[in-house]
Amino acid sequence: MLRGKGRRISFFDEMTSQEGETRSPYRDYCGWFEAEDAARIQHKGVQAEALFRTTGITFNVYGAADGDERLIPFDVVPRIISASEWRRLSRGIEQRVRALNAFLHDIYHRQEILRAGRVPVELIAGNEAFLPMMMGLDPPGGIYTHISGTDIVRTGADEFYVLEDNARTPSGVSYMLENRETMLQMFPELFAKVHVREVSDYPINLLKSLSACAPPACGGTPTVAVLTPGIHNSAYYEHSFLADHMGAELVEGNDLRVVDGRVAMRTTQGYKAIDVIYRRVDDDFLDPLNFRPDSMLGVPGIWDVYRAGGITIANAPGTGIADDKALYSYMPDIIEFYTGEKALLPNVPTWRCSDPEHLREVLDRLPELVVKEVHGSGGYGMLVGPAASKKELAAFRAKLEANPSNYIAQPTLSLSTVPIFTKKGLAPRHVDLRPFVLMSPQGVTITPGGLTRVAMTRGSLVVNSSQGGGTKDTWVLED
Amino acid sequence: MLGKTAGSLFWMARYLERSENNARLIDAGFRIALTRSSTAAAEWKSVLVTAGVNQAFQAAHGDYSSARVIDFLLRDPANPSSILSVIKLARDNARTARTALTRETWEAVNTSWMTLVALLRRPVREDDLPDVLTTIRQQSAHVRGALNGTMLRNDGFNFSLLGTFLERADNTARILDVKYYLLLPSVAHIGTTIDNVQWETILRSVSAHRAYRWLYGAEISALKIAEFLILYRQMPRSLAFCCERMEDNLAQLQRHYCEETEAWRQAHTLCHEKLAGPIQSIFDGGLHQYVTGFLRDTAALARQVERDYRFVE
Repeated sequence: MLRGKGRRISFFDEMTSQEGETRSPYRDYCGWFEAEDAARIQHKGVQAEALFRTTGITFNVYGAADGDERLIPFDVVPRIISASEWRRLSRGIEQRVRALNAFLHDIYHRQEILRAGRVPVELIAGNEAFLPMMMGLDPPGGIYTHISGTDIVRTGADEFYVLEDNARTPSGVSYMLENRETMLQMFPELFAKVHVREVSDYPINLLKSLSACAPPACGGTPTVAVLTPGIHNSAYYEHSFLADHMGAELVEGNDLRVVDGRVAMRTTQGYKAIDVIYRRVDDDFLDPLNFRPDSMLGVPGIWDVYRAGGITIANAPGTGIADDKALYSYMPDIIEFYTGEKALLPNVPTWRCSDPEHLREVLDRLPELVVKEVHGSGGYGMLVGPAASKKELAAFRAKLEANPSNYIAQPTLSLSTVPIFTKKGLAPRHVDLRPFVLMSPQGVTITPGGLTRVAMTRGSLVVNSSQGGGTKDTWVLED
Repeated sequence: MLGKTAGSLFWMARYLERSENNARLIDAGFRIALTRSSTAAAEWKSVLVTAGVNQAFQAAHGDYSSARVIDFLLRDPANPSSILSVIKLARDNARTARTALTRETWEAVNTSWMTLVALLRRPVREDDLPDVLTTIRQQSAHVRGALNGTMLRNDGFNFSLLGTFLERADNTARILDVKYYLLLPSVAHIGTTIDNVQWETILRSVSAHRAYRWLYGAEISALKIAEFLILYRQMPRSLAFCCERMEDNLAQLQRHYCEETEAWRQAHTLCHEKLAGPIQSIFDGGLHQYVTGFLRDTAALARQVERDYRFVE
């Protein structure tokens, strides 16, 4: 299907081998696709867009002049992962998430890993996301990372890398669910032909997982609420989606107050205690009494209730250090330290620009590297060397030299491609994968697949939705 | 249910109802403007007064040309009651209350918003106006259908109906408030005839000119029209009908929460003291005073509902 002239063979295409053979996970799908009328599929793509608009799966782009709601482009060709590939990935992800949780517990207690010299003290002490107030505090059930997303990229048949860890407030899970829902509506017959593992139980698993972390003060069935900054937040759709599908209340800071030592929400019948709060606001905004006094998003006094075991906050305050890109480079050591095993999923080799030798090498090879801010996210403030102009390179070089410890660098990975559907037929585009992981004292649950993000522009390696990236439905095949 | 969610359902319904009522007012005003250019300005003024935006219009425009008034009522972002402003507010409230709405209801509200935003992107030409107004009313019917057909009959449903009927009662009362002088008996109490076009306008603005004919035949009198709009319980936009529905929904909420409320007591009083009739006694006491008193009572009731059910802190 992708036999074509001028295709760059240096990228691994997940659907078609270099010899032009359809790879095995895609065989059933391609059999269906080839028998289909392209015009019909294109029409379905238009329908899908209308469906997304009606459902309101839109996001706000910060700083966009019109403040308009946009759609994340959706591509109708699924990304398909075989059962055995998924087994391998999910084992590696589980290992990583368990290690992260153990690491956070250690950092906020005895700090063994720092004493052992496996992670430098400065990385924690100088980290803005480190919350000294969490020291010695035991979150209910011992869980810090209730919900996390592990970004994975592929570069070859057996080459998977973890690109970053998202333990703060990973978003995108509603897209994973709605993408599948849309595919089921558009191509029901396809799902009879190809056996794909379900993703729809994510909200119920989330509810179970959060309920299993209820605080000591909870009596009976835990009351769970999702805390959102409100309808103007770019991820509001997801917040309301998750609350709706869990049957939980969707609350804002001004719905909550501390009553009798519990965090309570204002209902039509008065204040009612909440046991578990899935917050989609950052640490800084949680409690104006204890953190940012100017914040209107949080709940004054929630911190004191938390300390006293009156509420579970998911994810636990202070988990953001795990997202730090400088810390990321130590993940193989962290995994080994807490699990006694080698990391099952490798890290991308990373230069820490805080190290003068690393910095020199990065500056020498800047045009071929990807440079990221240590605390950045969403694809903002990042340099893709091979795609940058001379001017951009020079500007970035200056920023790097001025504040080297704010950056890490990685080789530009040959991200795998999966075709998207275009007017001219299938065309390969680069993808990554964000699986969603739930953790509770009862175990780790990973939804098969996750969110595949795809760079919609030919040759582009940036998949972030804020930078014009799209999404695909992600299929994990049944055994 | 969160107090905020209850409040958002209440306001979502109020704004949806307002959008539909405003479309009707524009329709009625437009008819007069077309057929009687001499009274068009006065008619547009009364439409703006009824919609509660005459001052804002005066400040921004001044003279009552049809094109300006229509654009102000349909599209002007500076007019908080323009159809565009109101549908946006309805949708914002629906988004806030998203978890209390069925998918169908939310999608109906969202589709309405998308449709009207596209429809009102540019000023509407006079010959397109009837179609545009029809679409606005159809969108409203679509949302109501989804709400009625898919929502659980729970507290959330009661709050949205409360909003609908409060807004509707307020709207009918405002029409009476602005037009009461047309209904005032000048010589004899009974059988006073009023200007045909004017009475039709009043009835049109509550979509009831046909219903009136079925009921009263060719007899057009101030007393009958007032009775129809105020006391007639089978007419879905009459004050009596709306208040009965409010009392009913507040009674259901009392049962649901096992808690008596001041709001229900007020609605009950309204139904049994203000809307018991007969129409002659309302005229005897002064129609204008009656309507002004009714508007005051419903505003107080709205505030009481907000307090009783903790819409805000």
